[in-house]
Formats: sequence, structure tokens, C-alpha cells
Amino acid sequence: MAQANPIQHPTQHVIQHVKQAFVAAIWLAFLTLPIMVIRVDTVEKTVTWRWMNLAYMALGSFVLALAWYCMMERRDQSQARKDLETVERDSALSRFLSDPRFAKPLMAFGLLVAAGFPWFFSMYQTNILVSALIYVVLGLGLNITVGLAGLLDLGYVAFYAVGAYTYALLNHHFQLGFWTVLPLGAVLGAFFGILLGFPVLRLRGDYLAIVTLGFGQIIRLVLENWSAFSFGPSGISNIDRPGLFGITYSVEQATTYMYYIMLALVLLTIFVTARLKDSRIGRAWLALREDEIACQAMGIDNTRAKLMAFSLGATLAALMGVVFAAKTTFINPASFTFMESAMILAIVVLGGMGSVLGVILGAFLLMLLPEYLRAFSEYRMLIFGFTMVLIMVFRPQGLVRAKRKVYKINVEQAG
Amino acid sequence: MGQGMNEATNRSAESAVLSVRNVSMNFGGLRALSEVDLDVRPGEVVALIGPNGAGKTTFFNCITGIYTPTGGEVTAYPRTGKPKRPEGIRINGMRTNLVCELGMARTFQNIRLFPSMTALENVMIGRHCRTKTGILGAVLRGAATRREEQEVVDKSFEMLTKVGLEKLANEYARNLPYGAQRRLEIARALATEPFLLLLDEPAAGMNPQETEELKQMVIRIREEFKVSVLLIEHDMKMVMSLSDRIYVMEYGRIISTGTPKQVGEDPQVIRAYLGEDSDA
Ligand SMILES: Nc1ncnc2c1ncn2[C@@H]1O[C@H](COP(=O)(O)OP(=O)(O)O)[C@@H](O)[C@H]1O
Ligand SMILES: [Mg+2]
Repeated sequence: MAQANPIQHPTQHVIQHVKQAFVAAIWLAFLTLPIMVIRVDTVEKTVTWRWMNLAYMALGSFVLALAWYCMMERRDQSQARKDLETVERDSALSRFLSDPRFAKPLMAFGLLVAAGFPWFFSMYQTNILVSALIYVVLGLGLNITVGLAGLLDLGYVAFYAVGAYTYALLNHHFQLGFWTVLPLGAVLGAFFGILLGFPVLRLRGDYLAIVTLGFGQIIRLVLENWSAFSFGPSGISNIDRPGLFGITYSVEQATTYMYYIMLALVLLTIFVTARLKDSRIGRAWLALREDEIACQAMGIDNTRAKLMAFSLGATLAALMGVVFAAKTTFINPASFTFMESAMILAIVVLGGMGSVLGVILGAFLLMLLPEYLRAFSEYRMLIFGFTMVLIMVFRPQGLVRAKRKVYKINVEQAG
Repeated sequence: MGQGMNEATNRSAESAVLSVRNVSMNFGGLRALSEVDLDVRPGEVVALIGPNGAGKTTFFNCITGIYTPTGGEVTAYPRTGKPKRPEGIRINGMRTNLVCELGMARTFQNIRLFPSMTALENVMIGRHCRTKTGILGAVLRGAATRREEQEVVDKSFEMLTKVGLEKLANEYARNLPYGAQRRLEIARALATEPFLLLLDEPAAGMNPQETEELKQMVIRIREEFKVSVLLIEHDMKMVMSLSDRIYVMEYGRIISTGTPKQVGEDPQVIRAYLGEDSDA
């Protein structure tokens, strides 16, 4: 049974991995030779050969490669096991979170902490949390478009910008207040969502991603270059904070106020997305994601479903834009780069496409970790990228796998 | 073309639920269908047979709006649904979802379920075009929405029962065995309340026992739901015993039509199936 791989002896595997890792290490050492070993000093006109670096390089890459191959094997084995089972097993995390015995008290505790947060923690911490909450809503919004309806939108930040500039400009020119502009921003977001939705109705996958990416860039470029309209790269400052029945308040109180506004908006968004997910509309989105042709052949109007997903996602982004402008009191196009879109997408993918809980966790993880990793600020992006790659390889379904509702059927009544 | 065919088409035109006249379909230079005539009458099981690549699936795609035929007329005469139009509704070029809403539901040769949705949810998708909750209704979840949702669940579960999948209602479609997936597609199509059920090789990949069960199921469904069935199938035993009439297609043309007995004796069909030599 030499050809049947799964029954190979384990030591045979290890030897094979060592070989593979060795080859990889030699290659990497060879490739990095010019930069790691040879140093040419053009002033002194000397060449230094740092052979020790070569040894470090080879050893480091050997260890990493070996670890990688072993991890890959473990993954493949667990994959093979999973294929044999018909019942799917969830990760410990999602099993824990979906068990009502733990989930209920955990949720109550979370709410309690959330409600009292600004009173126990500093303004600095509260501010960070407000930012994280904004990304929770952005993530949940993009989750509708990407996670549920399967429309890969890489220009999501454009709608965020639409909301932010709507408030900033209306406030600057007409002194309109936060609470007036909030619904206006939402409507404008929905409008832009449909505006982008129409031309891309026929596109899917990569093509859709590229066009939406372009759309995001267009909005940013317009904001940067049309100075008469948007004040260009210098942005708009002195945007009013949210009004509170005409009461004036300090910056610290403003943070607390902002926090509670955001908390309410987060709860509202969770409520809305959770209800939509298991509704007629949510199911239509899922069907659209799973198989566009079958979806339409079963009587679903693809055009409507897509436009709804686009505009609802855009509405949430625009709402957050208004909040963002009011929170920072200053905006410029630099806040709305592709990096933001990528970050929000990373939240959705990391958390688990289509899973509300996963996206919330993803947002907190991706927004809070970098804040507290400031000590390693130089390596932040490196760690970030590395983590994303690892997660995509070993947990492609995200932290929490999206689960479908289990219906209890009253057999006597139905049968 | 046999003499019987023209007679049959003339007689049936006024009482058909689906009437196809002169339909052709070109893909660039390739003529996949040429001047196809076909009728399905109320309550009938009609089979469309022919060698691989004859154009059968293309025909399904043409009458369900996935392709717009290059020429010809496809007319539906819905028996169910509100707008009863005796003059018929022209459906070539109509959007796929509207064709389904009209009452023509299909299955696919290469199963196209929604894998990450449960079996029950797959069927619930079929109820989409018969229900109307919007975004606002779904978020507020008022009494009307809850009633409709309950109705969707009950009705969908009933459909699962009809195809014998009630025990697997909450399983993900991707985890169902092959035969169950095929039956789930039928349940999903039935949930749209069709007057015409279009089955594209439903028995493909099934063993003889499963095929026999499928046959009994189609008979039951026809009786109970009063639907007509248009069936593409390679299993001759099933086709011969199940269908009222058969159309034989080769190279995009209908080369023979009639009752199973007539078709079975048609020299053209024998030649198409056994090769040129047997003619001599
Ligand atoms: N979208 C398409 N583009 C080009 N050729 C096609 C397309 N769909 C089908 N065909 C061709 O039409 C012919 C009939 O195919 P099909 O309808 O799938 O046959 P059947 O279902 O009878 O086996 C084949 O030659 C196939 O290659
Ligand atoms: Mg076919």
C-alpha cells in the first residue's frame, strides 16, 4: 500500500518535511545572499562579508519552514477527517458561543460592561472603543454586501466618505446639526449604493471587485482634487459635535456622549442584521451568493436583491461616516483610502463571512489589538499581514462559522 | 419527420400549457436548436430524449429565460396563478425569475442547490416568489410577517415530506447524499407552485432502485399537484413507462415524436440510437 498516502508511517513524514524545509532554507539563504551577507561601503570602498547572517537566515527559515509543513499536514489530516464525517464540527469558540447556557450570561455581562464603560475607564480608552464600535457597524454593513449577498465590494469606504462629507459640508455651509444630517446621510448612502449597484449588476467576483475598487478611488480622487467642493486635501475642520438639547459640554463629556450614541447605533445594527439574516430577504441574499443562476431560476429577482444588499450596506457606512465626522470634528480624504476598505473587508473575512457575532469579534480584534500593540508599531502591519495569512490558511471560514437557523417543526401540525 | 407529428401538434395547440413553435438557438456558428416544435398538455408527462449534446439542456434554457432563443415562439398558458390569459403569454426572452413566477419551475442536470443553506431553507427559497416580506417587514417582524414566515416554513416542510426528506430538513444541502440532493431540487421547484415541472436528467447517477422510487415520486407529484412534467432523461426504462408522449432530439432537431410505443418503433429513432449501420 505504498501509494496510499494516509497510511504512511509518521516518521517518514517527518523526514520528508525536514528535507523540504532544508531545501527551502538553502534556497532562501542563497536568494538573500546579496542583501544579507555582502555589504559594500561605497565611501570606504570596502566589501564586508557577514557570513554569520547567512547562518542565521538559513537556520531561521529552516525552523519556520519545518513548522509550516508540519502545521499544513495537521490541517490536511483534520480536513480529511472532516470529509469523512457528515456532521460538521464547529470550533470550540463557536460551540461555546452558541451554547445558550454560556451565551446568555456572557451577553448580559457584555451589555453591562458596555453600559458602564465610560465611567470606569479613561477618556482615552473610551475613545478607542468608540472607534472600534464604528468599525463594528462598518463590518456588519459590509457583511451584508460581501458576507450575505456575496458581492465583493472593495470600494466600501466610498460610502463612509459620502456620509462624512455630507455632514461636514452641510454643517460647514448651512450649520445643520448632527441629528438632522444623520438620516440625510443614510438616505444619501442608500442612493449612492444604488448608483454604484446599477452599473455593476452584471458583474461578479473579480470583475465586481475591480469596478468597486475603482469607484472607491474615484470618490477619494474627487474629494482630493475638487477643492471648491470639498476643500481638497486640507479637509474640513471645526465640525460640530452632536447636539444635546442645546447644552454645552466638555470634550470629556463629548466622548461619553459619542460613546452612548455609538452603542445605540451598534445595538440597532445588530438587531437589524440579525433579523434580516433569517428573513425572506436574507435567504434571497444567501441564495444569490451560493448560485446566481439557480437563485434567479427559483424566482428571485437578482437585480432587486443585489441593489438591496448594496444600498443597505452603503446606508450603514454613510451613517458611520456622519458619526466619524462628528467624533473627530475634522475630516480629509486621507481617512478614506483603500486601506480602510481593506481593513473593513479583513474584519468581515476574519470574523466569518455572514456571521454577525464573528464580524463583531473581528472588528474588536482588528481595531483594538493594533491600539495595544503600539509598542511594536514598526511591525504592526507585518504582524497584521502574517496573522491574516495564517487565518486564511488554517481557518478559512473565519473565527465564527456562519450558522443557519434550525427550524423546529411541529410534525403533527405540518404532517 | 413522421406523419403523426404534424397531426399531434395541430390537435394540441389549443389545449397546451406550453407551446413551442419553430424555436432555434445559435451559439455563434453552432446551431444548437433548429426549428423545434413541442407541446405539453395539462397533466401530461412528456419526455425529451436524445443523445448527449443533442441540445436538450439548451432547449430547457431557452424556455426558462436563461437563453433568449434566436428565433421562434415559446408560449405558456398558465392554469394556475391569477392572470389567466387564454391567448397565452410569450416567454421567449422573458427574465428567468419571471418565468418561474409564471409557473414553470426547473431542476438542473448538474445539481444546483444552495450548499451552505439547509435543506429546508433551500425549499423556502422556492416560496420567495409567492411571498412578499420586504426589508422593513423583515426588520419589524410584525404579525403579518410572522404569519407569512410560518406559512413558508410549514409549506416548505410539506414539500420536503413529499420527496421523503423530512428527516434531513435542518441538514446543510452540501452534506446530503447525492440522491437526496436530486430530490431536494424537485422539492424546491415544487415549492414555487408550478403548473409545469421541468426535470433535467433527474435520475442521472441513481441506482435502479432509486430510479424506480423517483419514478413513483413523479407519478405521485403529478397526481397530487396536477402539474404537467417535461422530463429529460436517459434511462429508457423510466422514460418508456412514465411518459405519455416522447420527443426525440438529435443535432438540435426533433426527429420523432409520439407515444412511447410509436417512438420505440420509429426507424429514425432506432437509427439515431444504434448508429447508421443498423439502417442497412
Ligand atoms: N452556452 C453555450 N455556448 C456555446 N455552445 C453551447 C452552449 N450551451 C450548449 N452549447 C452546445 O450546444 C450543444 C447542445 O448541448 P446541450 O444542450 O447541453 O446537450 P444535451 O443536454 O442534449 O446533452 C452542445 O454541442 C454544446 O456544446
Ligand atoms: Mg443536458
